[in-house]
Amino acid sequence: MELTGAAGLWLAVVLSGLYHGLNPGMGWPLAVSSALFERRRSALWPALGALSLGHFAAMLGILLPFSMMAILIDYQREIRIGAGLIVIGMGLYLVITRRHPRFLARIPPHKLTLWSFLVALAHGAALMLVPIYLGLCAIEELDAGHRAASALMATTALALGVAVLHTAAMIGSGGALAYAVHRWFGLQFLKKGWFDLETVWAVSLIGVGVLGLWTAL
Amino acid sequence: MNLRPDPTFYPSPKDAINAPVEKLAFTLMLSPDGTKPDGLAVVDVDPESSTYSQIVHELYVDNLGDEFHHFGWNACSSALSPLTGHAFFERRYLIIPGIRSSRIYIIDVKEPLKAKVHKVIEPEELFAKTGYSRPHTIHCGPEGIYVSTLGGGGEDGTDGPPGIFIMDCETFEILGRYEMDRGIQDKHYDFWWNLPRDYMVSSEWGLPPQFENGVVPEDLLSNKYGHTIHFWDLRGRKVTKSIDLGENHQMALEIRPAHDPVKEYGFCGVVVDTTNLQGAIFTWWRDENGEWQAKKTITIDPVPADADDLPDLLKGFGAVPPLVTDIDLSLDDKYLYVACWGLGEMHQYDVSDPMNPVLAGKVEIGGIVAKTKHPNGEDFGYGPQMVEISRDGKRVYWTNSLYSTWDDQFYPGERGAAMVMAHVGENGGLTLDKDFWTKFPEGYRSHQIRLEGGDCSTDSFCYPSV
Repeated sequence: MELTGAAGLWLAVVLSGLYHGLNPGMGWPLAVSSALFERRRSALWPALGALSLGHFAAMLGILLPFSMMAILIDYQREIRIGAGLIVIGMGLYLVITRRHPRFLARIPPHKLTLWSFLVALAHGAALMLVPIYLGLCAIEELDAGHRAASALMATTALALGVAVLHTAAMIGSGGALAYAVHRWFGLQFLKKGWFDLETVWAVSLIGVGVLGLWTAL
Repeated sequence: MNLRPDPTFYPSPKDAINAPVEKLAFTLMLSPDGTKPDGLAVVDVDPESSTYSQIVHELYVDNLGDEFHHFGWNACSSALSPLTGHAFFERRYLIIPGIRSSRIYIIDVKEPLKAKVHKVIEPEELFAKTGYSRPHTIHCGPEGIYVSTLGGGGEDGTDGPPGIFIMDCETFEILGRYEMDRGIQDKHYDFWWNLPRDYMVSSEWGLPPQFENGVVPEDLLSNKYGHTIHFWDLRGRKVTKSIDLGENHQMALEIRPAHDPVKEYGFCGVVVDTTNLQGAIFTWWRDENGEWQAKKTITIDPVPADADDLPDLLKGFGAVPPLVTDIDLSLDDKYLYVACWGLGEMHQYDVSDPMNPVLAGKVEIGGIVAKTKHPNGEDFGYGPQMVEISRDGKRVYWTNSLYSTWDDQFYPGERGAAMVMAHVGENGGLTLDKDFWTKFPEGYRSHQIRLEGGDCSTDSFCYPSV
């Protein structure tokens, strides 16, 4: 299968979702905490719902502006190069500074959706999808030869599709892990199974950005 | 750089109770007259060791007159908060403020027997960045290390109210003041919180002129020391309610919330009730309407004494006040330890029902009049003061100095530094370990104790004990 073909890109949407979901930084421990505080496992689900809503909103928030740019059909290539560079820049920033945005610590613990939204933005989770999304847009473009208004509709629908699929995968993996920790592994998992993904995360951003650049050039 | 959370971080208090037993303790040493530099003693608390209960390493700083008092870690179990998403700090540095100099030392204890100064924050920097002085209590919280202060700006620390400032937990840069809306809070002492429930509770001692040169009897008798506890919206940084415990309840000091974050209650110790010299413990809690409440749940009576046996300060009263100067709660939230520094007693209360504490054990040692000796026959100067409990709740350690100038008023003359340990019985009860007796260098007094890997007054937990 061609990695940059449509199937490959859709697979990337799903895989990045699974990856984001498993990363404790994207919120599954909050769902476990919520269930422990309420002393019932079913409290996992509303917490996971709130987290996925925030993550989904962050995806749309980043992808939609790019879908608007679909009208600038003649600059497709430039947009993809620009997006690739932004994503690489974000990755480099995270690798070099190794800092955590302090404002995230000010969010009240019960505002899970807001927390999830801001975390996905601040750590570049949403940005990670942009090159993949633009790759899909380019393929759509080749297939259908869309123009103007219809192009906008198509790219918006595509953005929605990418965000939905990504978030579903994210909450699927994160939810499964939260359930398993609550049901079987216990809190000890936090001590043993929580790895520092910071470098891996930053490198993922750079990797996706480079891939975006490479396919655009 | 850790790839996993520090092994000494635990999600819940219950997990921490099962942590490995501590083998080392860190105890602050202060030079009461400021003629020698203050220091940190590393004490061997491993009963299997040949140097059991003795100091195995001493670190002295480069300045005089800091007066070490309280201290804390750069990172604790709060790093496992589900909100941070980044748990990879090391419990490696002790943050030691000089309460008199306003200087702050960051001590690297990665290798405890080679403990060394990592960074010094000079008082001028603290004044310039926060407008606060006399730094005191340390806790690791959202956004970094929180440090409470007892003084505001100006020479005598009365220019503006004291408060809390935040420090970066990796670079130890002072980031600035914490408060956005402090309400009526104008004095400060201790603070602690419930991180997932998003509240903080703070207490009041007095302003620097009320303590630096000793207790001011006129201020005490006219009830001018602190007697209010403040409840904060932790992340909103504002006071939501201040509860006046009654002006006769002078010096509301240590705040000890239940460790299990599901529980929304805690305790506060009051040094002295000026109407009857009693010591007191208040229980504070959030009621079913979400309102904060506080109620006196323990009182400790003074003991009549002959004026000849009393220091000048107390001669007129004909009694020894208990002087509740420190309290500490075991990680299972079961036992509250109450130091009665005046009487020379350490009380253990069963607080399983926080509204109805029951005295479960007691050790008599030292005291203004009682002067009870240690079971090994040694004199224990002053009274039981800073108390620390092992995470498993089986051992309780304490030292004997309160604060240099106050020591001299209540216990005139040098009485010697001490650190002792008591064992907790299966069903409560407290017995001093005859073989645990730490010898301190001449001319020093001992203050707060921290136990290797964490103890019962450092770590904040983010997950319930289930």
